[in-house]
Amino acid sequence: MIRFDQVTKKFPDGTEALKNVSVSIRTGELTAIIGPSGCGKTTLMKMINRLEVPTKGDILIDEKSIKETDQVELRRSIGYVIQRIGLLPHMTIQKNAGLVPKLKGWSEEKTLNRVKELMTTVGLEPDIYLPRYPLELSGGQQQRIGVVRALAGDPNIVLMDEPFSALDPISREQLQKELRSLQKRIHKTIVFVTHDMDEALKIADNIIVMREGKIEQIGSPDDLIHAPANDFVRDFIGQERIDRQRTFAQRKLQELANFFSHEKTNEHIEEISSNDSIKTAITMLEKPTVNLLAIHHEDKFVGYIDQTSLLRAVIAKEEGGNYAD
Amino acid sequence: MLTNFIETVQSRSDLIQQAFVEHIYLSFVALAIGIAIALPLGILIARYRKYAEPVIGVTAIFQTIPSLALFGFLVPLMGIGSNTALIALIIYALLPILRNTYTGIISVDSSITEAGRGMGMTRSQILTQIEFPLALPFIMAGIRTATVLTVGIATLATFVGAGGLGDVIYRGLQSYNNSLVLAGALPVALLAISFDLLLKWVEKKATPKGMKNT
Repeated sequence: MIRFDQVTKKFPDGTEALKNVSVSIRTGELTAIIGPSGCGKTTLMKMINRLEVPTKGDILIDEKSIKETDQVELRRSIGYVIQRIGLLPHMTIQKNAGLVPKLKGWSEEKTLNRVKELMTTVGLEPDIYLPRYPLELSGGQQQRIGVVRALAGDPNIVLMDEPFSALDPISREQLQKELRSLQKRIHKTIVFVTHDMDEALKIADNIIVMREGKIEQIGSPDDLIHAPANDFVRDFIGQERIDRQRTFAQRKLQELANFFSHEKTNEHIEEISSNDSIKTAITMLEKPTVNLLAIHHEDKFVGYIDQTSLLRAVIAKEEGGNYAD
Repeated sequence: MLTNFIETVQSRSDLIQQAFVEHIYLSFVALAIGIAIALPLGILIARYRKYAEPVIGVTAIFQTIPSLALFGFLVPLMGIGSNTALIALIIYALLPILRNTYTGIISVDSSITEAGRGMGMTRSQILTQIEFPLALPFIMAGIRTATVLTVGIATLATFVGAGGLGDVIYRGLQSYNNSLVLAGALPVALLAISFDLLLKWVEKKATPKGMKNT
Protein backbone atom coordinates (compact mmCIF):
# COMPACT_ATOMS: atom_id res chain seq x y z
CA MET A 1 0.00 0.00 0.00
CA ILE A 2 1.15 3.52 -0.77
CA ARG A 3 0.07 5.93 1.91
CA PHE A 4 0.24 9.71 1.74
CA ASP A 5 0.31 11.14 5.22
CA GLN A 6 -0.77 14.80 5.41
CA VAL A 7 1.25 15.80 2.40
CA THR A 8 1.60 19.44 1.49
CA LYS A 9 3.57 20.76 -1.45
CA LYS A 10 4.43 24.41 -1.90
CA PHE A 11 6.43 25.44 -4.93
CA PRO A 12 9.04 28.21 -4.67
CA ASP A 13 6.70 30.59 -6.52
CA GLY A 14 4.17 30.22 -3.69
CA THR A 15 1.60 28.04 -5.42
CA GLU A 16 0.29 25.30 -3.21
CA ALA A 17 0.01 22.19 -5.35
CA LEU A 18 -1.13 19.89 -2.56
CA LYS A 19 -2.95 20.87 0.59
CA ASN A 20 -2.60 18.45 3.46
CA VAL A 21 -3.49 15.38 1.42
CA SER A 22 -3.90 12.01 3.10
CA VAL A 23 -4.80 9.06 0.92
CA SER A 24 -4.00 5.39 0.55
CA ILE A 25 -3.46 3.58 -2.73
CA ARG A 26 -4.20 -0.10 -2.59
CA THR A 27 -1.72 -2.78 -3.57
CA GLY A 28 -2.34 -4.71 -6.77
CA GLU A 29 -4.98 -2.34 -8.07
CA LEU A 30 -5.01 0.28 -10.77
CA THR A 31 -5.72 3.65 -9.24
CA ALA A 32 -6.40 6.59 -11.52
CA ILE A 33 -5.79 10.13 -10.32
CA ILE A 34 -7.95 12.56 -12.24
CA GLY A 35 -8.69 16.25 -12.14
CA PRO A 36 -8.47 19.45 -14.18
CA SER A 37 -4.99 20.71 -15.05
CA GLY A 38 -3.21 22.27 -12.11
CA CYS A 39 -5.09 20.19 -9.56
CA GLY A 40 -1.90 18.57 -8.29
CA LYS A 41 -2.46 15.10 -9.70
CA THR A 42 0.94 14.82 -11.38
CA THR A 43 2.70 16.29 -8.37
CA LEU A 44 0.99 13.72 -6.16
CA MET A 45 2.16 10.88 -8.41
CA LYS A 46 5.71 12.15 -8.80
CA MET A 47 6.11 12.16 -5.04
CA ILE A 48 5.96 8.39 -5.00
CA ASN A 49 9.32 8.07 -6.75
CA ARG A 50 10.63 11.28 -5.24
CA LEU A 51 10.70 13.29 -8.44
CA GLU A 52 8.86 15.75 -6.25
CA VAL A 53 9.55 16.15 -2.55
CA PRO A 54 6.78 17.09 -0.10
CA THR A 55 7.12 20.37 1.76
CA LYS A 56 5.32 18.76 4.70
CA GLY A 57 4.15 15.24 5.41
CA ASP A 58 5.45 11.87 4.34
CA ILE A 59 4.81 9.08 1.86
CA LEU A 60 4.99 5.48 3.01
CA ILE A 61 5.22 2.36 0.91
CA ASP A 62 4.08 -0.64 2.95
CA GLU A 63 4.36 1.59 6.02
CA LYS A 64 8.02 2.38 5.33
CA SER A 65 8.82 6.02 4.64
CA ILE A 66 10.28 6.48 1.17
CA LYS A 67 12.83 8.83 2.69
CA GLU A 68 14.53 5.79 4.17
CA THR A 69 15.31 4.34 0.75
CA ASP A 70 18.06 5.79 -1.43
CA GLN A 71 16.36 7.88 -4.09
CA VAL A 72 18.08 6.15 -7.03
CA GLU A 73 17.31 2.68 -5.61
CA LEU A 74 13.71 3.74 -5.02
CA ARG A 75 13.27 4.86 -8.62
CA ARG A 76 14.80 1.68 -9.99
CA SER A 77 12.23 -0.30 -8.02
CA ILE A 78 9.29 1.70 -9.42
CA GLY A 79 8.21 1.57 -13.06
CA TYR A 80 7.71 4.93 -14.76
CA VAL A 81 5.84 5.74 -17.96
CA ILE A 82 5.52 9.35 -19.14
CA GLN A 83 3.27 11.09 -21.62
CA ARG A 84 6.11 12.12 -23.92
CA ILE A 85 7.39 8.52 -23.93
CA GLY A 86 11.05 9.53 -23.54
CA LEU A 87 12.77 6.60 -25.20
CA LEU A 88 16.48 7.24 -25.73
CA PRO A 89 16.76 7.87 -29.48
CA HIS A 90 20.39 6.76 -29.73
CA MET A 91 19.76 3.31 -28.29
CA THR A 92 18.10 0.32 -29.90
CA ILE A 93 14.78 -0.97 -28.59
CA GLN A 94 16.65 -3.79 -26.91
CA LYS A 95 18.84 -1.35 -24.96
CA ASN A 96 15.94 0.98 -24.19
CA ALA A 97 13.72 -1.76 -22.89
CA GLY A 98 16.52 -3.32 -20.86
CA LEU A 99 17.72 -0.09 -19.31
CA VAL A 100 16.36 -0.55 -15.79
CA PRO A 101 17.47 -4.21 -15.51
CA LYS A 102 20.93 -3.06 -16.65
CA LEU A 103 20.96 -0.33 -14.00
CA LYS A 104 19.95 -2.96 -11.48
CA GLY A 105 22.81 -5.17 -12.60
CA TRP A 106 20.87 -8.08 -14.07
CA SER A 107 22.69 -10.49 -16.38
CA GLU A 108 22.27 -9.81 -20.09
CA GLU A 109 20.55 -13.11 -20.65
CA LYS A 110 17.99 -12.56 -17.90
CA THR A 111 17.33 -9.04 -19.19
CA LEU A 112 16.88 -10.18 -22.78
CA ASN A 113 14.50 -12.97 -21.80
CA ARG A 114 12.44 -10.60 -19.70
CA VAL A 115 12.31 -7.96 -22.46
CA LYS A 116 11.34 -10.53 -25.10
CA GLU A 117 8.59 -11.90 -22.91
CA LEU A 118 7.14 -8.45 -22.22
CA MET A 119 7.35 -7.39 -25.87
CA THR A 120 5.39 -10.45 -26.89
CA THR A 121 2.81 -9.53 -24.27
CA VAL A 122 2.28 -6.09 -25.76
CA GLY A 123 2.16 -7.48 -29.27
CA LEU A 124 5.56 -6.47 -30.64
CA GLU A 125 7.52 -9.28 -32.28
CA PRO A 126 10.93 -9.18 -30.50
CA ASP A 127 12.97 -10.48 -33.44
CA ILE A 128 11.71 -7.64 -35.62
CA TYR A 129 11.77 -4.76 -33.15
CA LEU A 130 14.72 -5.44 -30.83
CA PRO A 131 17.39 -4.13 -33.25
CA ARG A 132 15.35 -1.08 -34.33
CA TYR A 133 15.68 2.48 -33.11
CA PRO A 134 12.79 4.31 -31.38
CA LEU A 135 12.25 6.80 -34.19
CA GLU A 136 11.60 3.95 -36.61
CA LEU A 137 8.48 3.04 -34.61
CA SER A 138 5.02 4.62 -34.56
CA GLY A 139 3.86 6.55 -31.50
CA GLY A 140 1.72 3.66 -30.29
CA GLN A 141 4.57 1.19 -30.71
CA GLN A 142 6.96 3.53 -28.92
CA GLN A 143 4.66 3.82 -25.92
CA ARG A 144 4.28 0.03 -25.85
CA ILE A 145 8.05 -0.06 -25.48
CA GLY A 146 7.67 2.63 -22.81
CA VAL A 147 5.41 0.24 -20.90
CA VAL A 148 7.81 -2.66 -21.47
CA ARG A 149 10.66 -0.53 -20.15
CA ALA A 150 8.68 0.34 -17.04
CA LEU A 151 7.86 -3.31 -16.34
CA ALA A 152 11.24 -4.79 -17.30
CA GLY A 153 12.79 -4.38 -13.87
CA ASP A 154 9.83 -6.26 -12.38
CA PRO A 155 8.68 -3.42 -10.13
CA ASN A 156 5.78 -3.79 -7.72
CA ILE A 157 4.64 -0.26 -8.38
CA VAL A 158 4.23 1.39 -11.78
CA LEU A 159 3.61 5.11 -12.21
CA MET A 160 1.96 6.27 -15.41
CA ASP A 161 1.75 9.98 -16.19
CA GLU A 162 -0.95 10.45 -18.85
CA PRO A 163 0.73 7.69 -20.85
CA PHE A 164 -1.77 7.46 -23.68
CA SER A 165 -2.96 11.04 -24.05
CA ALA A 166 -0.48 11.94 -26.80
CA LEU A 167 -1.50 8.99 -28.96
CA ASP A 168 -4.06 8.87 -31.72
CA PRO A 169 -7.53 7.66 -30.61
CA ILE A 170 -7.16 4.19 -32.10
CA SER A 171 -3.78 3.46 -30.51
CA ARG A 172 -5.06 4.95 -27.27
CA GLU A 173 -8.02 2.62 -27.13
CA GLN A 174 -5.87 -0.39 -28.00
CA LEU A 175 -3.32 0.43 -25.32
CA GLN A 176 -6.05 0.98 -22.72
CA LYS A 177 -7.42 -2.45 -23.49
CA GLU A 178 -3.99 -4.03 -23.42
CA LEU A 179 -3.17 -2.40 -20.11
CA ARG A 180 -6.43 -3.66 -18.65
CA SER A 181 -5.77 -7.23 -19.74
CA LEU A 182 -2.10 -7.03 -18.77
CA GLN A 183 -3.06 -5.83 -15.30
CA LYS A 184 -5.43 -8.79 -14.89
CA ARG A 185 -2.40 -11.04 -15.17
CA ILE A 186 0.33 -9.12 -13.41
CA HIS A 187 -1.57 -7.34 -10.62
CA LYS A 188 0.86 -4.49 -10.13
CA THR A 189 0.08 -1.45 -8.08
CA ILE A 190 -0.47 1.04 -10.88
CA VAL A 191 -0.91 4.75 -10.31
CA PHE A 192 -2.31 6.28 -13.47
CA VAL A 193 -2.63 10.03 -13.89
CA THR A 194 -5.12 11.16 -16.50
CA HIS A 195 -7.45 14.02 -17.32
CA ASP A 196 -9.72 11.81 -19.41
CA MET A 197 -12.74 10.61 -17.42
CA ASP A 198 -13.71 7.98 -20.00
CA GLU A 199 -10.22 6.52 -19.73
CA ALA A 200 -10.37 6.48 -15.93
CA LEU A 201 -13.83 4.87 -15.86
CA LYS A 202 -12.67 2.27 -18.36
CA ILE A 203 -9.41 1.10 -16.83
CA ALA A 204 -9.34 1.99 -13.14
CA ASP A 205 -10.25 -0.05 -10.08
CA ASN A 206 -10.25 3.12 -8.02
CA ILE A 207 -10.44 6.75 -8.99
CA ILE A 208 -9.13 9.68 -6.99
CA VAL A 209 -10.75 12.94 -8.08
CA MET A 210 -8.71 16.02 -7.27
CA ARG A 211 -9.26 19.75 -7.40
CA GLU A 212 -6.92 22.55 -6.40
CA GLY A 213 -4.59 20.38 -4.37
CA LYS A 214 -7.34 18.54 -2.51
CA ILE A 215 -9.05 15.22 -2.95
CA GLU A 216 -12.74 15.57 -3.74
CA GLN A 217 -13.65 11.91 -3.88
CA ILE A 218 -12.11 8.46 -3.84
CA GLY A 219 -14.10 5.54 -5.13
CA SER A 220 -14.65 2.89 -7.73
CA PRO A 221 -15.93 3.99 -11.14
CA ASP A 222 -19.39 2.84 -10.01
CA ASP A 223 -19.20 4.92 -6.85
CA LEU A 224 -18.40 8.00 -8.90
CA ILE A 225 -21.18 7.45 -11.38
CA HIS A 226 -23.83 6.58 -8.86
CA ALA A 227 -22.78 8.68 -5.94
CA PRO A 228 -20.71 11.69 -6.93
CA ALA A 229 -19.59 13.25 -3.66
CA ASN A 230 -20.46 16.80 -4.67
CA ASP A 231 -21.35 19.11 -7.51
CA PHE A 232 -17.76 19.40 -8.65
CA VAL A 233 -17.37 15.65 -9.10
CA ARG A 234 -20.76 15.47 -10.79
CA ASP A 235 -19.82 18.26 -13.19
CA PHE A 236 -16.41 16.80 -13.79
CA ILE A 237 -17.81 13.43 -14.69
CA GLY A 238 -20.46 15.20 -16.71
CA GLN A 239 -24.19 14.73 -16.36
CA GLU A 240 -24.35 13.23 -19.82
CA ARG A 241 -21.80 10.56 -18.97
CA ILE A 242 -23.64 9.83 -15.73
CA ASP A 243 -26.93 9.42 -17.56
CA ARG A 244 -25.35 7.23 -20.20
CA GLN A 245 -24.00 4.97 -17.51
CA ARG A 246 -27.19 4.75 -15.52
CA THR A 247 -30.25 4.82 -17.75
CA PHE A 248 -31.82 2.55 -15.20
CA ALA A 249 -31.56 5.41 -12.74
CA GLN A 250 -34.62 6.89 -14.37
CA ARG A 251 -36.69 3.88 -13.44
CA LYS A 252 -39.12 4.03 -10.55
CA LEU A 253 -38.18 2.97 -7.07
CA GLN A 254 -40.99 0.41 -6.90
CA GLU A 255 -39.05 -1.71 -9.40
CA LEU A 256 -36.46 -2.30 -6.68
CA ALA A 257 -38.90 -3.83 -4.21
CA ASN A 258 -36.54 -6.79 -3.84
CA PHE A 259 -34.01 -4.53 -2.18
CA PHE A 260 -36.33 -2.85 0.30
CA SER A 261 -35.69 -3.60 3.92
CA HIS A 262 -37.90 -3.26 6.94
CA GLU A 263 -35.19 -2.49 9.47
CA LYS A 264 -34.95 1.06 10.60
CA THR A 265 -31.17 1.19 10.62
CA ASN A 266 -30.80 4.92 10.96
CA GLU A 267 -32.49 7.98 12.42
CA HIS A 268 -31.80 10.35 9.51
CA ILE A 269 -34.79 9.50 7.42
CA GLU A 270 -36.70 11.25 4.68
CA GLU A 271 -39.81 10.13 2.92
CA ILE A 272 -40.09 9.29 -0.73
CA SER A 273 -42.78 7.94 -3.01
CA SER A 274 -42.32 4.63 -4.76
CA ASN A 275 -43.20 6.47 -7.95
CA ASP A 276 -40.08 8.63 -7.65
CA SER A 277 -37.08 7.69 -9.79
CA ILE A 278 -34.03 5.88 -8.51
CA LYS A 279 -32.12 8.99 -9.44
CA THR A 280 -34.22 11.10 -7.08
CA ALA A 281 -33.53 8.62 -4.31
CA ILE A 282 -29.80 8.82 -5.00
CA THR A 283 -29.87 12.60 -4.98
CA MET A 284 -31.69 12.59 -1.64
CA LEU A 285 -29.24 10.12 -0.16
CA GLU A 286 -26.34 12.33 -1.24
CA LYS A 287 -27.39 14.89 1.36
CA PRO A 288 -25.22 14.45 4.44
CA THR A 289 -28.29 14.68 6.67
CA VAL A 290 -30.08 11.74 5.07
CA ASN A 291 -29.02 8.13 5.40
CA LEU A 292 -32.23 6.23 4.89
CA LEU A 293 -35.37 6.68 2.81
CA ALA A 294 -38.80 5.55 3.91
CA ILE A 295 -40.75 4.52 0.84
CA HIS A 296 -44.50 4.98 0.60
CA HIS A 297 -46.75 3.48 -2.00
CA GLU A 298 -50.08 5.29 -2.18
CA ASP A 299 -49.73 6.49 1.42
CA LYS A 300 -48.82 3.03 2.65
CA PHE A 301 -45.30 2.41 4.04
CA VAL A 302 -43.62 -0.34 2.03
CA GLY A 303 -39.99 -0.35 3.24
CA TYR A 304 -36.67 1.40 3.68
CA ILE A 305 -33.86 1.81 1.22
CA ASP A 306 -30.31 3.12 1.74
CA GLN A 307 -27.19 3.63 -0.38
CA THR A 308 -25.95 0.10 0.15
CA SER A 309 -29.13 -1.53 -1.05
CA LEU A 310 -29.25 0.84 -4.02
CA LEU A 311 -25.68 -0.18 -4.86
CA ARG A 312 -26.64 -3.82 -4.58
CA ALA A 313 -29.38 -3.17 -7.08
CA VAL A 314 -26.83 -1.54 -9.37
CA ILE A 315 -24.50 -4.51 -9.09
CA ALA A 316 -27.35 -6.88 -9.75
CA LYS A 317 -28.18 -4.87 -12.85
CA GLU A 318 -24.55 -4.86 -13.99
CA GLU A 319 -24.41 -8.60 -13.59
CA GLY A 320 -27.50 -8.93 -15.70
CA GLY A 321 -29.45 -10.37 -12.80
CA ASN A 322 -33.10 -9.80 -12.21
CA TYR A 323 -33.23 -6.69 -10.07
CA ALA A 324 -36.87 -5.98 -10.75
CA ASP A 325 -39.84 -8.05 -9.76
CA MET B 1 54.47 32.71 -62.53
CA LEU B 2 54.01 28.98 -61.80
CA THR B 3 57.67 28.15 -62.41
CA ASN B 4 58.58 31.07 -60.22
CA PHE B 5 56.36 29.65 -57.45
CA ILE B 6 57.83 26.16 -57.75
CA GLU B 7 61.36 27.56 -57.63
CA THR B 8 60.52 29.53 -54.50
CA VAL B 9 59.03 26.50 -52.79
CA GLN B 10 62.08 24.43 -53.66
CA SER B 11 64.62 26.99 -52.54
CA ARG B 12 62.77 27.82 -49.30
CA SER B 13 61.54 24.30 -48.50
CA ASP B 14 63.39 24.24 -45.17
CA LEU B 15 61.70 27.41 -44.00
CA ILE B 16 58.27 26.29 -45.23
CA GLN B 17 58.53 22.88 -43.62
CA GLN B 18 59.59 24.29 -40.29
CA ALA B 19 56.83 26.87 -40.40
CA PHE B 20 54.31 24.18 -41.31
CA VAL B 21 55.25 22.08 -38.28
CA GLU B 22 55.14 25.13 -36.01
CA HIS B 23 51.75 26.04 -37.39
CA ILE B 24 50.30 22.60 -36.72
CA TYR B 25 51.85 22.60 -33.25
CA LEU B 26 50.33 25.97 -32.37
CA SER B 27 46.90 25.10 -33.74
CA PHE B 28 46.71 21.72 -32.07
CA VAL B 29 48.02 22.60 -28.66
CA ALA B 30 45.65 25.58 -28.61
CA LEU B 31 42.73 23.39 -29.66
CA ALA B 32 43.53 20.64 -27.19
CA ILE B 33 43.71 23.11 -24.32
CA GLY B 34 40.63 24.92 -25.64
CA ILE B 35 38.65 21.69 -25.65
CA ALA B 36 39.96 20.76 -22.22
CA ILE B 37 38.63 24.05 -20.86
CA ALA B 38 35.46 24.63 -22.88
CA LEU B 39 34.00 21.12 -22.83
CA PRO B 40 33.77 20.70 -19.04
CA LEU B 41 32.80 24.34 -18.68
CA GLY B 42 30.00 23.87 -21.21
CA ILE B 43 28.72 20.83 -19.34
CA LEU B 44 28.92 22.77 -16.08
CA ILE B 45 26.97 25.80 -17.30
CA ALA B 46 24.36 23.49 -18.84
CA ARG B 47 23.79 22.15 -15.34
CA TYR B 48 23.91 25.51 -13.56
CA ARG B 49 22.08 27.52 -16.16
CA LYS B 50 22.05 30.83 -14.36
CA TYR B 51 25.79 31.08 -14.99
CA ALA B 52 25.44 30.26 -18.68
CA GLU B 53 24.71 33.76 -19.92
CA PRO B 54 27.59 35.53 -18.12
CA VAL B 55 30.14 32.83 -18.99
CA ILE B 56 29.21 32.70 -22.66
CA GLY B 57 29.02 36.51 -22.65
CA VAL B 58 32.62 36.85 -21.46
CA THR B 59 33.94 34.44 -24.12
CA ALA B 60 31.86 36.25 -26.72
CA ILE B 61 33.49 39.55 -25.76
CA PHE B 62 36.93 38.01 -26.24
CA GLN B 63 35.78 36.85 -29.64
CA THR B 64 34.93 40.38 -30.71
CA ILE B 65 38.47 41.68 -30.06
CA PRO B 66 40.21 41.79 -33.44
CA SER B 67 42.82 39.04 -33.49
CA LEU B 68 45.70 41.33 -34.36
CA ALA B 69 44.78 43.61 -31.44
CA LEU B 70 44.56 40.69 -29.03
CA PHE B 71 48.08 39.57 -29.96
CA GLY B 72 49.15 43.18 -29.44
CA PHE B 73 47.53 43.40 -25.97
CA LEU B 74 49.18 40.19 -24.84
CA VAL B 75 52.75 41.14 -25.72
CA PRO B 76 53.22 43.69 -22.88
CA LEU B 77 51.72 41.17 -20.44
CA MET B 78 53.31 37.96 -21.62
CA GLY B 79 56.25 39.02 -23.71
CA ILE B 80 56.84 37.38 -27.04
CA GLY B 81 57.00 33.69 -27.84
CA SER B 82 54.78 30.74 -28.53
CA ASN B 83 53.05 30.86 -25.11
CA THR B 84 51.63 34.27 -25.94
CA ALA B 85 50.38 33.00 -29.28
CA LEU B 86 48.86 29.91 -27.63
CA ILE B 87 46.92 31.98 -25.12
CA ALA B 88 45.44 34.14 -27.85
CA LEU B 89 44.51 31.09 -29.90
CA ILE B 90 42.94 29.31 -26.91
CA ILE B 91 40.79 32.36 -26.22
CA TYR B 92 39.47 32.23 -29.77
CA ALA B 93 38.84 28.48 -29.66
CA LEU B 94 36.77 28.72 -26.45
CA LEU B 95 33.56 30.29 -27.66
CA PRO B 96 32.52 27.91 -30.45
CA ILE B 97 33.21 24.82 -28.35
CA LEU B 98 31.65 26.27 -25.19
CA ARG B 99 28.52 27.51 -26.90
CA ASN B 100 27.95 24.34 -28.87
CA THR B 101 28.48 22.09 -25.86
CA TYR B 102 26.01 24.16 -23.88
CA THR B 103 23.46 24.32 -26.68
CA GLY B 104 23.87 20.62 -27.44
CA ILE B 105 23.20 19.59 -23.87
CA ILE B 106 20.29 21.92 -23.18
CA SER B 107 18.61 20.97 -26.43
CA VAL B 108 18.38 17.32 -25.39
CA ASP B 109 14.64 16.69 -25.14
CA SER B 110 13.63 17.10 -21.51
CA SER B 111 11.30 14.11 -21.75
CA ILE B 112 14.35 11.90 -22.31
CA THR B 113 16.24 13.16 -19.29
CA GLU B 114 13.05 13.02 -17.21
CA ALA B 115 12.57 9.40 -18.21
CA GLY B 116 16.19 8.71 -17.25
CA ARG B 117 15.72 10.34 -13.87
CA GLY B 118 12.46 8.51 -13.25
CA MET B 119 14.06 5.18 -14.07
CA GLY B 120 16.72 5.76 -11.47
CA MET B 121 19.73 6.91 -13.46
CA THR B 122 22.23 8.90 -11.44
CA ARG B 123 23.22 12.39 -12.55
CA SER B 124 26.47 11.18 -14.05
CA GLN B 125 24.72 8.32 -15.83
CA ILE B 126 22.31 10.81 -17.36
CA LEU B 127 25.28 12.92 -18.47
CA THR B 128 27.37 10.11 -19.94
CA GLN B 129 24.61 7.90 -21.32
CA ILE B 130 22.02 10.44 -22.45
CA GLU B 131 23.15 14.05 -22.59
CA PHE B 132 26.68 13.63 -23.90
CA PRO B 133 25.95 11.15 -26.73
CA LEU B 134 22.97 13.20 -27.86
CA ALA B 135 24.93 16.47 -27.73
CA LEU B 136 27.99 15.00 -29.46
CA PRO B 137 27.09 16.14 -33.00
CA PHE B 138 26.73 19.71 -31.69
CA ILE B 139 29.99 19.48 -29.78
CA MET B 140 31.82 18.14 -32.84
CA ALA B 141 30.44 20.98 -34.93
CA GLY B 142 31.80 23.45 -32.39
CA ILE B 143 35.22 21.81 -32.40
CA ARG B 144 35.18 21.95 -36.19
CA THR B 145 34.46 25.68 -36.21
CA ALA B 146 37.15 26.25 -33.61
CA THR B 147 39.69 24.25 -35.63
CA VAL B 148 39.23 26.21 -38.83
CA LEU B 149 39.29 29.46 -36.86
CA THR B 150 42.46 28.52 -35.00
CA VAL B 151 44.35 27.36 -38.10
CA GLY B 152 43.54 30.69 -39.75
CA ILE B 153 44.39 32.93 -36.81
CA ALA B 154 47.61 31.03 -36.06
CA THR B 155 49.00 32.88 -39.09
CA LEU B 156 49.24 35.96 -36.86
CA ALA B 157 51.48 34.17 -34.38
CA THR B 158 54.43 35.45 -36.40
CA PHE B 159 53.87 38.93 -34.92
CA VAL B 160 54.62 37.66 -31.42
CA GLY B 161 57.60 35.65 -32.62
CA ALA B 162 55.90 32.29 -32.38
CA GLY B 163 56.59 31.27 -35.97
CA GLY B 164 54.12 29.31 -38.05
CA LEU B 165 53.19 29.77 -41.68
CA GLY B 166 52.58 33.46 -40.95
CA ASP B 167 56.38 33.77 -40.97
CA VAL B 168 56.53 32.70 -44.58
CA ILE B 169 53.72 35.04 -45.60
CA TYR B 170 55.20 37.99 -43.70
CA ARG B 171 58.61 37.49 -45.25
CA GLY B 172 57.06 37.32 -48.66
CA LEU B 173 55.16 40.55 -48.04
CA GLN B 174 58.25 42.37 -46.84
CA SER B 175 60.32 41.30 -49.83
CA TYR B 176 57.51 41.88 -52.35
CA ASN B 177 57.79 38.20 -53.18
CA ASN B 178 54.28 37.11 -54.15
CA SER B 179 55.39 33.53 -54.68
CA LEU B 180 56.60 33.34 -51.11
CA VAL B 181 53.32 34.83 -49.83
CA LEU B 182 51.53 32.14 -51.77
CA ALA B 183 53.87 29.45 -50.47
CA GLY B 184 52.76 30.43 -46.94
CA ALA B 185 49.07 31.07 -47.62
CA LEU B 186 48.37 27.97 -49.65
CA PRO B 187 49.36 25.45 -46.91
CA VAL B 188 47.24 27.42 -44.39
CA ALA B 189 44.22 27.14 -46.65
CA LEU B 190 44.87 23.46 -47.38
CA LEU B 191 45.34 22.74 -43.69
CA ALA B 192 42.06 24.47 -42.82
CA ILE B 193 40.12 22.74 -45.59
CA SER B 194 41.47 19.27 -44.89
CA PHE B 195 40.81 19.52 -41.15
CA ASP B 196 37.35 20.80 -41.87
CA LEU B 197 36.63 17.83 -44.10
CA LEU B 198 38.16 15.39 -41.63
CA LEU B 199 36.10 16.76 -38.76
CA LYS B 200 32.99 16.84 -40.89
CA TRP B 201 33.44 13.12 -41.34
CA VAL B 202 33.99 12.66 -37.59
CA GLU B 203 30.90 14.77 -36.91
CA LYS B 204 28.84 12.48 -39.12
CA LYS B 205 30.25 9.46 -37.33
CA ALA B 206 29.44 11.07 -34.00
CA THR B 207 25.76 11.40 -34.84
CA PRO B 208 24.14 8.57 -32.94
CA LYS B 209 22.63 5.87 -35.09
CA GLY B 210 18.88 6.03 -35.01
CA MET B 211 18.96 9.82 -35.24
CA LYS B 212 20.44 10.17 -38.69
CA ASN B 213 17.21 10.14 -40.61
CA THR B 214 15.54 12.86 -38.63
